[in-house]
Amino acid sequence: MQLILDIAWTHIAGRGRQTVVAIIGVAVGVGFSIAMAALMQGGQDDFVRQLVDTMPHVEVSDEQRSARRQPAEDVFEVAAISGLRPRDDRRGIINPTAAQSWLEEWIPGRFAATLHAEGVIRYSGREVGAVVIGIDPEREASVSPIVEDFREGSFAALTAGGNNVVIGDTMASRLGAGLGDTITAVSSEGLTRNFKIVGLFHTGTTARDEGEAYVLQKNAQILSNRLNAINRISIKLDDPNAAPTIARRVEAELGYKAVAWQEANESILEALVVRNIIMYTVVAAIMLVAGFGIFNIISTITHEKARDIAIMKSLGFSEADMRRLFVLEGLAIGGAGSLLGWALGFSITYALSLVHFEIAATGQEMTRLPIAWSMLHYLIATASAVGSAAVAGYLPARRAAQLNPVDIIRGAT
Amino acid sequence: MTSLIETTDLTRILHETVPVTLVRDVTLSIGEREFVAVTGPSGSGKSSLLYLLGLLDRPSAGTLKIRGRDAEPMSEKERATTRLANIGFVFQFHFLLPEFTARQNVEIPMRKLARLTRGEMRERATALLTSLGLEGHLDKRPDQLSGGQRQRVAVARALANDPPLILADEPTGSLDSKSSEQVFAILEALVNERGKTVVAVTHDLEMAARMHRRIHLVDGRISEEEGAKAGF
Repeated sequence: MQLILDIAWTHIAGRGRQTVVAIIGVAVGVGFSIAMAALMQGGQDDFVRQLVDTMPHVEVSDEQRSARRQPAEDVFEVAAISGLRPRDDRRGIINPTAAQSWLEEWIPGRFAATLHAEGVIRYSGREVGAVVIGIDPEREASVSPIVEDFREGSFAALTAGGNNVVIGDTMASRLGAGLGDTITAVSSEGLTRNFKIVGLFHTGTTARDEGEAYVLQKNAQILSNRLNAINRISIKLDDPNAAPTIARRVEAELGYKAVAWQEANESILEALVVRNIIMYTVVAAIMLVAGFGIFNIISTITHEKARDIAIMKSLGFSEADMRRLFVLEGLAIGGAGSLLGWALGFSITYALSLVHFEIAATGQEMTRLPIAWSMLHYLIATASAVGSAAVAGYLPARRAAQLNPVDIIRGAT
Repeated sequence: MTSLIETTDLTRILHETVPVTLVRDVTLSIGEREFVAVTGPSGSGKSSLLYLLGLLDRPSAGTLKIRGRDAEPMSEKERATTRLANIGFVFQFHFLLPEFTARQNVEIPMRKLARLTRGEMRERATALLTSLGLEGHLDKRPDQLSGGQRQRVAVARALANDPPLILADEPTGSLDSKSSEQVFAILEALVNERGKTVVAVTHDLEMAARMHRRIHLVDGRISEEEGAKAGF
């Protein structure tokens, strides 16, 4: 084997420039796939993180997935019911205190119960439709992403005596109101109440900044005329990946629809899968091109060394030896290219991680390219490079091994 | 004494657009310590016969036994191994591996056979080359050697694994008369002093006349044979 290695080495070393080009071909392929994988994976991780951070991991609402069973259905085997209307009851989660204390017992994370009520916010003749959300400031702060997005004030300011409200900055500018101004909230029940603005937030999500007004739970209940009611429980888990299991358990116990973030964003997560498929296809294409480079050089070597192959076979080398020789040469180029590609990939990834850019629309958020550092990218790139090198070496090697030495010796004579 | 190589009705037909018969019904037996010349006009199948004897080519018909063993059922790998240990080739052109020095070229068959340690291989290669008058050229590459020197390195390589049979295809064909004489003397000494069997294809009738046994081919057939079992 040492002998085959020696001969392989002389062949490769004897073709300096061509070998270098082939190695660089592989290195560029490996390097760019590593960098691309780092960027794609980083973007995906960042995206999912934002998704996970900005929304509750499990959201329980006072809806049910299927219509309530009718008594007739329990009694008769065949029952057809039509024209069913929802019961005219107070919408909300029934027995909220029991539900909350049950959740308190076992949820690995934090949760907050809220009351969402549709309404209109008025200020000096201007009106904006809004969801008035009644919260417990302390609990809400532990699950809401808005905590970090306050321009002025905070959830805690709601408790500071009087009727207070926290709204998004876009809503404030549409109303023409500012901190300290008093706005009027009108609920769908027709009730009206005045609130003083004690906080402004900017999340970057327009729907939020323009359409959400946070007040104390008690105020929201009064405004919507639903005392003690809540209709939403937001749960933040320590481990976001556990969300589907938790959601299933909550739904089974409480009977209300509990949606995990994965379910809520199914289409987005599917899109990410498609993105990954595209990425790996591109990586495969790059490796294929690098493979052609290797195929080319090994083919050239086998052509040029046809005489040497004949000699070695006449000396007593077998076809398997010859195959091994040229596959080894392909692998050597693939291996060297991979190592160089690691360095290249690392450098490109590092360079990308230094890039800063501004999102022009808002003009304030300075951000970096999301980069994921993962050994797996290096291994995948190397595996595909070495794999394609083996194939690219094997094809000409097999042909070379089958050369009939007699034909070549005769040709030379 | 068993013969080294025995053939019965050995035939090789090249299947091209028109089938060409290279070797036809050759039956011969070559024993140990023979010095055999294969002669004949060009295209008479001399080289083809040699490649068949050296297991480089497979016959279309007929049988070939090497050291009593039938070559027909051997796998490609077995044939290669048999060649490695039993047969040394010398061609018209030296056919050395250009990237390796003279000594490395001689070591290659030994390394392939892997019966000696690296140190022993080096010693043996040095001894072989020295015995052929190349002591000053051990570490030169083929392109730094003259034609006669290269051919002597090729002989040393053929002897590397101490095979009983040396097959030479026009070994002096590309050499000047002085070098030819030298190489011929070496081949002769292999038979007389080292007890090898040498089968050499040549169209040099004067040289053939100095060998112990002559096989003359015409159109792939043995047309004349003299000195069979001459030996000494």
